[in-house]
Amino acid sequence: MNTLFFTLQDFMVHTKGITYLIMGGILVALPLFWWFLTDRDDENSF
Amino acid sequence: MTDNGTHTDRKWWTPFNVIVGIILAAGAILTVMRFTQGIGAVTNLDNNNAWGLWIGFDLLCGVALAAGGYVTSAACYIFGLKRFHSAVRPAILTAFLGYALVVLALHYDVGRPWRLPYPIFVSQGTSSLLFEVGLCVFLYLTVLFIEFTPAAFEWLGLKKIRALVVKLTLILTIFGVVLSTLHQSSLGALFMIAPSKLHPLWYSGYLPVYFFISSMFAGMSMVIFESTLAHRYLSRHMDDTHHREAPGVALGFAKAAAFVMAGYLGIKLIGIAIDDHWRLLTTGWGMWYLVEVIGFVAFPALLFAMGVRERNLIFVRWAAAWTVLGIVLNRLNISVIAFNYHLPSHERYVPSLMEIGTSVFIVTLGIVIYRFITTRMPVLHEHPDYSAHSPEQKSI
Repeated sequence: MNTLFFTLQDFMVHTKGITYLIMGGILVALPLFWWFLTDRDDENSF
Repeated sequence: MTDNGTHTDRKWWTPFNVIVGIILAAGAILTVMRFTQGIGAVTNLDNNNAWGLWIGFDLLCGVALAAGGYVTSAACYIFGLKRFHSAVRPAILTAFLGYALVVLALHYDVGRPWRLPYPIFVSQGTSSLLFEVGLCVFLYLTVLFIEFTPAAFEWLGLKKIRALVVKLTLILTIFGVVLSTLHQSSLGALFMIAPSKLHPLWYSGYLPVYFFISSMFAGMSMVIFESTLAHRYLSRHMDDTHHREAPGVALGFAKAAAFVMAGYLGIKLIGIAIDDHWRLLTTGWGMWYLVEVIGFVAFPALLFAMGVRERNLIFVRWAAAWTVLGIVLNRLNISVIAFNYHLPSHERYVPSLMEIGTSVFIVTLGIVIYRFITTRMPVLHEHPDYSAHSPEQKSI
């Protein structure tokens, strides 16, 4: 994680790349969390 | 509800009244000291630390925790979730008192209270975020006041003017949401002016987004927390509707809060990634940051989720209280603890006992006024003339 960057281009490519991977993870994780939150709604209606 | 808000037999020398009386008396002395001897007499503020506990706790936490007003009224009147209706008035009252006390606390920090209208009416600093915050708080406090007046008009028996104000409910709610979006985020944006002072883990280009999103679950948690306290200490002033709807309100807000907190965690992660601050997480400050994010956001989010799944109100109420603490910790981290983190320890700001005492005084004042209003006006119960069974339709 302690990468040396020599240009702004390098820095942006690196950080944006990681960010896009995280966003992909969030896109998967949030619906799963929503499913975890709501999958008992039919039995617990409120 | 047993007495419909009226009092017949009252004891003055209760432990609550004695403690409150002592705090209010001490607060009055501190107030006199502050306004006669200057800010230096009661605070540890200096040129390095111009903002202290009164801004970090009274203002930033006060505004965030008062977000229950816009969240609840938006849920009920904009999203049409009428099952939250019984929570609207207590939430609006809490928000109104929260903002009113924010303005009161600001006087202690700024001084010269007679100059309060200047930034709005005399000398507008339109390029300043503080001007936007001030304008929004001024307008939103007015909106909250008008939104709450139907309860006061019902109490006073002013039916015509109450009917007029009730017609404004939707437009006031929309106005409240817009104003809250603006100033909740702007409070975060205020700290973007100090990139060299705020620790990089808390400093981010997304600070306004963090502040706005965290205000949503802060507001929802505060509604649950306040409802818990009201059920414990003001239960006799509640009617059957309030008692019946309370678990649904708590579970509904818990579900929403858990999901918003999950989203908040996601954007916090993105904030770290976009600034490439991963290595800072292994430092002492990083540990403290993880305590805040994992201990006071991820953990209560999971507790909320488990409470919702199991319909366990104890989980939900503990999660709400924990989240409220987390919001306080977050705002204090940004404004006090991680601010000026680079200064040597002897130059760091530690609030004086008198600053803490003044904050306790202001919070106590809020509790006393809340209790005064809820034991008299139809806040935790419906007024018999305007209840769902009465000929007149109750709107707020």
